[in-house]
Amino acid sequence: MSNKVIQAMYDDDDVLLNAVKETREADYHIEEVFTPFPVHGLDKAMGLKGTRIAITSFIYGVIGFFFAIWMMDYMMIIDWPQDIGGKPNFSYAENMPAFVPIMFELTVFFAAHLMVITFYMRSKLWPFQEASNPDPRTTDDKFVMEVSLDGDEQKMSDFLKKTGAIELKVAEKS
Amino acid sequence: MYTFSSKLKTFSFVLMILGALGMGYGFFTAPKTTDDVKEMVHSSAESHEAAADAHGTAEHATAEMSSEEEHAHLEHALHQAQNRPWSAFFISAFFFLMISVTVLVFYAMQWAAQAGWSIVLFRVMEAITAYILPGSILLFIFLLASGLHFNHMYVWMSPEAANDPILQEKSWWLNTSGWMIRGFIYLLAYNFFRWILRKNSIALDASGDIKIYKSTFNYSVVFLVIFAVFELFMSFDWLMSLDPHWYSQLYSFYVFASMLVSGITVIAIVTIYLRAKGFLPFVNSSHIHDLAVYMFGFSIFWAYFFFDQFMLQWYANIPEEAAYFHPRLLGTYQPLFIGMIILNFVFPFLILMDKDFKKTPWFVITAGVILLIGHFIDVYQLISPATVGNNWSFGIPEIASLFFFLGLFIFVIFNALTKASLHAKGNPFMKESEIYHYS
Repeated sequence: MSNKVIQAMYDDDDVLLNAVKETREADYHIEEVFTPFPVHGLDKAMGLKGTRIAITSFIYGVIGFFFAIWMMDYMMIIDWPQDIGGKPNFSYAENMPAFVPIMFELTVFFAAHLMVITFYMRSKLWPFQEASNPDPRTTDDKFVMEVSLDGDEQKMSDFLKKTGAIELKVAEKS
Repeated sequence: MYTFSSKLKTFSFVLMILGALGMGYGFFTAPKTTDDVKEMVHSSAESHEAAADAHGTAEHATAEMSSEEEHAHLEHALHQAQNRPWSAFFISAFFFLMISVTVLVFYAMQWAAQAGWSIVLFRVMEAITAYILPGSILLFIFLLASGLHFNHMYVWMSPEAANDPILQEKSWWLNTSGWMIRGFIYLLAYNFFRWILRKNSIALDASGDIKIYKSTFNYSVVFLVIFAVFELFMSFDWLMSLDPHWYSQLYSFYVFASMLVSGITVIAIVTIYLRAKGFLPFVNSSHIHDLAVYMFGFSIFWAYFFFDQFMLQWYANIPEEAAYFHPRLLGTYQPLFIGMIILNFVFPFLILMDKDFKKTPWFVITAGVILLIGHFIDVYQLISPATVGNNWSFGIPEIASLFFFLGLFIFVIFNALTKASLHAKGNPFMKESEIYHYS
């Protein structure tokens, strides 16, 4: 099995979308598609699974919610009770309404920040990460579809040309 | 064309008859004199004492009172007991009327926003707004009865209000004649806009004339502006003035949020019912999903207003403001007050969060029924503490009123559904709505 891929370049998102569908129908394996902007419907056309980031977001929110409950209990009841507006400072239940805004804020804070960090980690976008797109023009106005080379190279090139590719390049995938 | 199934028709009539009988029973058995109340008090001395403890205001146990005080106390208890059937009537009348009014608001919002997704639901919404006419007539009967002192619902109407300097200062707004005229104007406006919007919608089906579309748009925008103002004062007049010393600027929005989420829930439930019966083949799961999104969103909207209003007054702890929350948060209404937060916010928040759940009809129905129960309790706890006091219960008068108005509501809206095609084919966005698909 070679690690070779064909990088087919397109200059229009509609053409690309059709090419992705045709390529999958022809039983070729698409490794990756590089686009300068999100193309609507591309994930479905590529057959990618639905994102699970919503589930992680919910879990992070729950963590933030309970963190807020614990934090306010420790700060305002256990460690340093203060007399604020004459409210009883020894009872969590009787002070609870005052803590609701903090619970809300920390729920949102945890859900949002941890979700973004999860997204970066999952997309391998950490600091000093080098760009992995094969051609700098995919950050401007071109689209590249990477198809793993399988079988007859000539036949595959002809097929990709027919789907509207303007440029083909065979590359070694590490 | 929808045909009213005879089963549902019988069901609605049974509800109405049972409800009417129960309401009659409630009015008939209400105590007439202070002696009746005395008897009631003695027969339930224990529960009365517990209630008196919880009252926390000027009320003491009967034993410690001078005879004059005792008389005033008994008079007060009598008024509260006499209020009970009226209060039950008002709660249900207001709840169902406001459901159909807020559905009209939601409908007008769709027009004003020129929304594309919701056109397939227009006839369902129009049918629900058909209840505005009978609902307002019944509510106006209540307003008349209150204004003519058949009950003691509104303290500021009673002759004793003349001795209350705070109420005297507010009397330029809170006076019986002005209150009645305003009530009439609110109801008239809702009925007028319902009539004109429905008329235009039917005419649009027949001709497809774009002029009618534009005029409906204009009427919708005007209605939304008028409703925003009228709803503000309507909540002040009908609900907030039950506790005339207390005030909250958020109150109207809170009431509106509560009723709007109920209205959207009713749209969803009726839509799912009709779709299951096969009358709405053009409604797909994306439309159900979007209705559920609104239910979810407005539940959070309600919780936001609820908490905003509550938290500031709880935190400030000023006596005149705390008097409103005392019976609700710490008194006998506590289970309703806490329970409704769980029903109206926690349940829908968790049940309707997932996208796939929002597309599952029985899930939306479950959440919808919970929401409707929760918001009925909400209206109950808005009204009852001021009218029936701490000895609240949910007995025959309350259940009967709920049955009667629910039966009438079902009968009127499903009768209205038979009047026109369920497919509003004249609307230029119909196609967009039919192919609407949420990814």
